[in-house]
Amino acid sequence: MTSILTYTFKNLPSTSKWALRFSVRPLSCSSQLRATPAAQTKSKKTLAKPNIRNVVVVDGVRTPFLLSGTSYKDLMPHDVARAALLGLLHRTSVPKEVVDYIVFGTVIQEVKTSNVAREAALGAGFSDKTPAHTVTMACISANQAMTTGVGLIASGQCDVVVAGGVELMSDVPIRHSRKMRKMLLDLNKAKTLGQRLSLLSKFRLNFLSPELPAVAEFSTSETMGHSADRLAAAFAVSRTEQDEYALRSHSLAKKAQDEGLLSDVVPFKVPGKDTVTKDNGIRPSSLEQMAKLKPAFIKPYGTVTAANSSFLTDGASAMLIMAEEKALAMGYKPKAYLRDFVYVSQDPKDQLLLGPTYATPKVLEKAGLTLNDVDAFEFHEAFSGQILANFKAMDSDWFAQNYMGRKTKVGLPPLEKFNTWGGSLSLGHPFGATGCRLVMAAANRLRKEGGQYGLVAACAAGGQGHAMIVEAYPK
Amino acid sequence: MASRAIGSFRRFPASKTLRCPGYICRNFAGSSALLTRTHINYGVKGDVAVVRINSPNSKPTEISKNQSEFVEVMNEIWASEIRSKGEFNQSADINMLAACKTNQEVTQISQEGQRIFEKLEKSPKPIVAAISGSCLGGGLELAISCQYRIATKDKKTVLGSPEVLLGILPGAGGTQRLPKMVGVPAAFDMMLTGRNIRADRAKKMGLVDQLVEPLGPGLKPPEERTIEYLEEVAVTFAKGLADKKISPKRDKGLVDKLTSVAMGIPFVRQQIYKKVEEKVRKQTKGLYPAPLKIIDVVKTGIEQGSDAGYLSESQKFGELAMTKESKALIGLYHGQVLCKKNKFGAPQKEVKHLAILGAGLMGAGIAQVSVDKGLKTILKDATLAGLGRGQQQVFKGLNDKVKKKALTSFERDSIFSNLTGQLDYQGFEKADMVIEAVFEDLSLKHRVLKEVEAVIPDHCVFASNTSALPINEISAVSKRPEKVIGMHYFSPVDKMQLLEIITTEKTSKDTTASAVAVGLKQGKVIIVVKDGPGFYTTRCLAPMMSEVIRILQEGVDPKKLDSLTTSFGFPVGAATLVDEVGVDVARHVAEDLGKAFGERFGGGSLDLLKQMVSKGFLGRKSGKGFYIYQEGVKSKNLNSDMDSILASLKIPPKSEVSSDEDIQYRLVTRFVNEAVMCLQEGILATPAEGDIGAVFGLGFPPCLGGPFRFVDLYGAQKIVDRLRKYEAAYGKQFTPCQLLVDHANSPNKKFYQ
Repeated sequence: MTSILTYTFKNLPSTSKWALRFSVRPLSCSSQLRATPAAQTKSKKTLAKPNIRNVVVVDGVRTPFLLSGTSYKDLMPHDVARAALLGLLHRTSVPKEVVDYIVFGTVIQEVKTSNVAREAALGAGFSDKTPAHTVTMACISANQAMTTGVGLIASGQCDVVVAGGVELMSDVPIRHSRKMRKMLLDLNKAKTLGQRLSLLSKFRLNFLSPELPAVAEFSTSETMGHSADRLAAAFAVSRTEQDEYALRSHSLAKKAQDEGLLSDVVPFKVPGKDTVTKDNGIRPSSLEQMAKLKPAFIKPYGTVTAANSSFLTDGASAMLIMAEEKALAMGYKPKAYLRDFVYVSQDPKDQLLLGPTYATPKVLEKAGLTLNDVDAFEFHEAFSGQILANFKAMDSDWFAQNYMGRKTKVGLPPLEKFNTWGGSLSLGHPFGATGCRLVMAAANRLRKEGGQYGLVAACAAGGQGHAMIVEAYPK
Repeated sequence: MASRAIGSFRRFPASKTLRCPGYICRNFAGSSALLTRTHINYGVKGDVAVVRINSPNSKPTEISKNQSEFVEVMNEIWASEIRSKGEFNQSADINMLAACKTNQEVTQISQEGQRIFEKLEKSPKPIVAAISGSCLGGGLELAISCQYRIATKDKKTVLGSPEVLLGILPGAGGTQRLPKMVGVPAAFDMMLTGRNIRADRAKKMGLVDQLVEPLGPGLKPPEERTIEYLEEVAVTFAKGLADKKISPKRDKGLVDKLTSVAMGIPFVRQQIYKKVEEKVRKQTKGLYPAPLKIIDVVKTGIEQGSDAGYLSESQKFGELAMTKESKALIGLYHGQVLCKKNKFGAPQKEVKHLAILGAGLMGAGIAQVSVDKGLKTILKDATLAGLGRGQQQVFKGLNDKVKKKALTSFERDSIFSNLTGQLDYQGFEKADMVIEAVFEDLSLKHRVLKEVEAVIPDHCVFASNTSALPINEISAVSKRPEKVIGMHYFSPVDKMQLLEIITTEKTSKDTTASAVAVGLKQGKVIIVVKDGPGFYTTRCLAPMMSEVIRILQEGVDPKKLDSLTTSFGFPVGAATLVDEVGVDVARHVAEDLGKAFGERFGGGSLDLLKQMVSKGFLGRKSGKGFYIYQEGVKSKNLNSDMDSILASLKIPPKSEVSSDEDIQYRLVTRFVNEAVMCLQEGILATPAEGDIGAVFGLGFPPCLGGPFRFVDLYGAQKIVDRLRKYEAAYGKQFTPCQLLVDHANSPNKKFYQ
């Protein structure tokens, strides 16, 4: 999971002067964009497979992604998830009763709503006859929710599935210590006053020390930021490169926001507060300001800082997926096909965040595509250092031969097709909800900018990773 | 020793002066080659000179001749003349000491080292030591004379002053700098125990200033990139120090501050010296001169100033290097290095699947040292209860490491998953080696051998863990005796370093290579001996044990006997040893070997052991032996029920051979005589293996270096004289063997040339 960096990041003064400096950078990117040839010959016309149902995305929405501790801080996770579901209902006007199933992803679970999918669906007015379940797979939880839906549809079990994800980092379950819990449970069972008193007499003050949810890998006890810093060092990614990449992400996100490209965002009237209409973590800064930050994890000489990491985020996403014939029968014009996908996993210590490197060639091979066929790359940006390390790994024959069992390198995604509307670094990263954002960004970019194939890839805690091909629905 | 270093220069455009933050990057690989080459080279990275000192030798104790090259390199850096990369070859420094004939020569080596390190310490340009791998002895002294230290936080990186283990002291300023750096108590602990300190602990102690996490795979192999990264970080710090952006001073914690305040009070210091000295005297029984000299030198430095301290350090260093104890300990070090090699070459098939029969103390112990090395291990027992106990022993061993933070709970779980506990022979068809650790009974061993041979593949080695049953008798029922070998582990397996491998006439070379490879993987020091009753270790111990019984029969109190043996340098008293081994086991062995060797193994009456067994006094395991053992009670009391047994078997002592010293020598000379006879008969291949086996397996006094080193240092003639004297009193048991007599007759003959 990403680091607790919000606070440092928030403290960055954001003056208009910086915004000015920023506006210069995106220009270079957009010029690159225009330069790319619009019409390319694909190695494959479509990825439809005989005898397998085509699965389409009708549409997808998300609540604005907010820095944790801001407008959503008094809500519960199912509240945010409900907002995304209501937004989806409004956007697609899908009759609630046709939804066969609901799947949501989440990571840090609120214990009261451990099946947050069900609670949110009931609150959003879905039929109480529509079953719902919750999946968890760290930062690729929403991806897992979507692919679960794909599986249900492709195998003919369902026709219409709502998939989504939610994360509320403003409030996390903080537990009593194990000793305290044990005493409380024993007290519950104690029958006589004597038993109770003797249990209470065992109470010690240290029982009260709370247990915080770990932002660390369970198997290695290493925090993700620390691992990212080591990964960046292993691939010799410099601090400057990381800051530059973060700046790019924020600048592009700002531009996309200003130009209204982030059409998947739906407004959310937060009870007791104003209506939230846009992401609030996009803060283009300057390289000079970013260079002043101290390393957040490996002190004092590390390279991962608050400014080049994704921040703790609250938010939810939801998406309507259907069997193609069902969507067409209902009169929808789908946005995209969900095609081949893979999950990968590797060493959670030293290759924690290299999921995209492993998943990308695998999914391309599965689909029979090459990197050149991809028009829109949407990679999850956990840390600048992580993205850049993945780039270096994908661009290295040595790494491909020694760690991936490949003869040659994977190849580098062209930057002008890469996360051009910002990424998790700037838009935010609610762990459980990011997957749907990635897919919708790819689908919307393909519609807006032309092109047929999008590639979504992400890394996740546990050393896992995911990639999926999104194919634009013919206009 | 081996290390790498680089030096560089920094030019300030404004003033046009040259400054040079250098840093030294040490990188000791963990191999144990004795005569290795040392490489020192340096280059420039930006404006920082990087000197790389890299030697594959495992124990760089002294900087010796490397010094001259090192000085050359450093002088070049200081003189701001960087030349092209140079390479220097050097042999290990322990050998340097061995080449010295007098105190003065050694003292001179020490003083040279002191001078160089003082120069480093007072360098006008900051020097950063970057440490990866083991940084021991002279390596540590070099590191602590730098202005800043950065170490890789991995399991291979350890710091320490192991000189005391070689009977010497840190002779290049270590005794003076270490107390200032980590405080007097911690410095004493390091120098007196010689213990290795892991990087994270070193950071807490203030021994290193920064840690660098090891990196995973990137664009280069992880190890290579980690060293490079360490270098990059060190260069950053060197620049920071040169620019005064980083202060070499450490923030001390409250405890450290209080300690240093307390150490400012002379009375407190005196108390500490006194306490430490008392403890050392108690533990060493005055047999090891080095620890006391270390205390003395540290004291001199603190109380009389560093000039006196350095002088004292170099003089004492010279004195210690010439002591018998130091020569014995250095000899053991060499022997140990030798016994950590597989002289039989690589086996045809690497053992990956191991099966162990019997989940007792031994079987589970063997499993414990195997699973954590990645061997897939089956632990088979006859009963569920026995198996459960064994599995728990393995788990506990791992869990204790988690408590000490040597392992994470996750690593523990994944290591423990290498162990399969079962009651049947399922999966034995995949086993590459089976080690049986069932009860010491020939017919039982025959039965399991036949059962196992019915299920294992052709290439599978069958190893018997026995302390006395001859392997050829066990292998007599085997269909494939070339695959049968003895692997004699010592209890507790996870603590005792020795493994005695026993080959029969029929054992193939590849089987031996395979057994040695497994033993080395398990982290053992290995001696390979020929088959025969009692092999080597048990056979040497038996006559000594027989003498122990006779001495007890002569009316010496077990407590007195224990103190006589421990004050001679044995880690465990002789009577306690019988209790630890088990009286029933001792009886078995004494009977068997008595039959095999006859009168020479006589002395004490077997009846003593028989009566003890019949009364259930089996030693520690039954709670009663010569002593009474109670759970949780540390001090042991004599078992008063033994009095009647001892009284009934009492024999009159012979006054001419019953002084304390005579009693000690009666025990030791019988041991030594039998050891030499094992060499004479070809049971042992080399004296070095004999010494290692005696010290690491039986607790022969390390300060004597083992029976063979003892003969060399003490004099064969003197030992033969003693034996003759006892022979006159007791007869054949003390007759010196021919080889020993040969050595006595020609004083130039030595076991170690």
